[in-house]
Amino acid sequence: MTALELLTWARGTGLSLALAICAFGILLRLFEIFSLGRKADLSPPRDASPGSGWRTIVSRSLPPPGLFKRSPVTYIGGYVFHIGFAITLFFFVPHIELVRGLTGLSWPGLPMQVVDISAVAAILALFAVLASRLMNPVKRFLSGFQDYLAWLLTLLPLLTGYLAFHHVVADYTLMLALHVLSVELLLVALPFTKLFHTVSVFVSRWYNGDIFGRKGVAS
Amino acid sequence: MPSTPADDEAWRGNALPLLNEIRHALDRLLASGETTVIDLGALPMGPQDEAELLAALGTGEVDATINAGGPSSVRETAFHGVWLVTHRNETGETQARFIEVAFVPELLMSQREDVADSAKALSEQLREEQNIRK
Amino acid sequence: MAIDGPTIAEVLRQQGISRRGFLKFCATTASLMALPPSMVPAIAAALQHARRPSVIWLSFQECTGCTESLTRSHSPSIEGLILEQISLDYHHTLQAASGTAAEAAREAAMRENAGKYLLVVDGSIPLGNAGFSTIAGISNLDMLKETAAGAAAVIAVGTCAAYGGIPAAQPNPTGAVPVSAIIKDKPVLNVPGCPPIPVVITGVLAHFLTFGSLPELDALGRPKAFYGESIHDRCYRRPFYDQGKFAETFDDEGARKGWCLFKLGCKGPVTYNACATTKWNQGVSFPIQSGHGCIGCSEPGFWDAGPFYKALSMPIGPAKAAIGAAAVAGLAAGAAVALRNRSAKKSAQAAHQKVTIDDLEKSK
Repeated sequence: MTALELLTWARGTGLSLALAICAFGILLRLFEIFSLGRKADLSPPRDASPGSGWRTIVSRSLPPPGLFKRSPVTYIGGYVFHIGFAITLFFFVPHIELVRGLTGLSWPGLPMQVVDISAVAAILALFAVLASRLMNPVKRFLSGFQDYLAWLLTLLPLLTGYLAFHHVVADYTLMLALHVLSVELLLVALPFTKLFHTVSVFVSRWYNGDIFGRKGVAS
Repeated sequence: MPSTPADDEAWRGNALPLLNEIRHALDRLLASGETTVIDLGALPMGPQDEAELLAALGTGEVDATINAGGPSSVRETAFHGVWLVTHRNETGETQARFIEVAFVPELLMSQREDVADSAKALSEQLREEQNIRK
Repeated sequence: MAIDGPTIAEVLRQQGISRRGFLKFCATTASLMALPPSMVPAIAAALQHARRPSVIWLSFQECTGCTESLTRSHSPSIEGLILEQISLDYHHTLQAASGTAAEAAREAAMRENAGKYLLVVDGSIPLGNAGFSTIAGISNLDMLKETAAGAAAVIAVGTCAAYGGIPAAQPNPTGAVPVSAIIKDKPVLNVPGCPPIPVVITGVLAHFLTFGSLPELDALGRPKAFYGESIHDRCYRRPFYDQGKFAETFDDEGARKGWCLFKLGCKGPVTYNACATTKWNQGVSFPIQSGHGCIGCSEPGFWDAGPFYKALSMPIGPAKAAIGAAAVAGLAAGAAVALRNRSAKKSAQAAHQKVTIDDLEKSK
């Protein structure tokens, strides 16, 4: 099998399979979570706190007082990674073309240099948070196989994409095929690992905020 | 050509690096006498790039034609030491184009083998003529 | 046929070509072979000893486009000069002889130059019914094996001979395979393209003629000098790709300004060929310069590597249908899981036993 044939499979059958598993998994898990429901809370709310859930969606993205200084790597690394990843994912023109091919929607992309810098920043941030995870004893205790797997599955698309774009290590065709395949691995794993937070993060924040609000904890 | 640009933005992109390379080649020629030959057929050139490059190089003092297997033109550009060599076949079709950075392009010089042939030919001719006069 | 005849330098000298003319020939040959000008002295030295090689050209399942490409290079040109320097002993489209006489010429060339001649093949070879393609009643497979046996090397010209090409496209009705699938004991050099650039064909012949050996090849058997870099890397429109400037349609402002054709399906990034520098029609232009994306004609799997007009990053499989079906399946499975969870909850509630103070007291 040549590199181009691998790429053709990845763009065709591979991508269809990965997207199908991803869609299946996301809907299955969302349905499962929402259908579980919550027991009716019969106690009167401690505090009338309308909008506490919505505020939490935003406030959880900001470091609580003092925490930024105590764990700067977590916050800076987290921000740099997520923003860098988002720019790379949504503003690299070939990625927009992928979305256009699937949905018909498109928007203007950013110059390649901007995307390039964002991707490098995201990759560096990933390594920084991994180092912090390994060196900080508490984080290390709390980390299991799935956390490292999620880290690797996130790194691979960024790394292969970067290598493909810069024509290093392997030729572009092979690297592009590996890039698409690594994304497919990420799509397949997304619904069934902690990576599901890409879908559930704001839902769970709203829940937490709302429950805490009822219990009298300010969001 | 449907793709002719309306404005010249970024179309200079491929001529500029080449001009820089020529500049470095001139430095090398001055420093060590090393000549440089650049094959224009091996470079990615857009429709405007080549015109841009030739315009930037301009026309100099020397314009020679070599008639060997078709007319080849050897032209010095406005920059002394930067030569544009165009090889053509018998029907005048361009076969290859080079930029040569040298004090004299190699092909303008008479070749040792040809000179040896000529020396022999001339002495033969003279001998015949002198024999006739005798 | 004159393997032991005069060397190329001697032939040129006999034709009254001076050393200066010879050096000019070497310079244009270097350019033709995509070798740096610094190689000219090496070429001149090699040509002092090079002799005319015998060439046998076999055409199998092909459209003659490769031969057209080669002969369309205007004569007398460098290509013409090269063809004068080789002895093309068999080419059933170009030769004057036909029928028995033609086959006799092939057999004679094979006999007289055994182990030294160059075999050029265009077209793929059918492994299905041998009757799909024959020459003089001989199946393509038999003729290839027979002729390759005594060849110094085999050059597969065109995508069909190199990778199977159009005949091998799905569903490959004739069971077409490339030369390299059959010839395993000889060096096989691929010159893919549909058709290949004429000077790439002659450049490879010139290399064999000059140095008596094949040029350096990549993993797919292609000469690195011509196929070492992708169209995208050598494209003069590359700066627009980097700036994010793309033509959205074939007649919008971007197309008129000559912006990158990636979104219109250009396969330049995954196509390795010399079009962007060598160009076509004596260096006049190449597809991208003329406003159309590269269709990747010189790559393996040409015709089966996705639509021409879909951007390289677009899905080419039934992705939308797959997502739709999977979404329905996901909802159904989710509903099933929800029902199971509900019944588990209900049975837990049903099995729930209330504990009173009295029960606790009793158990003391």
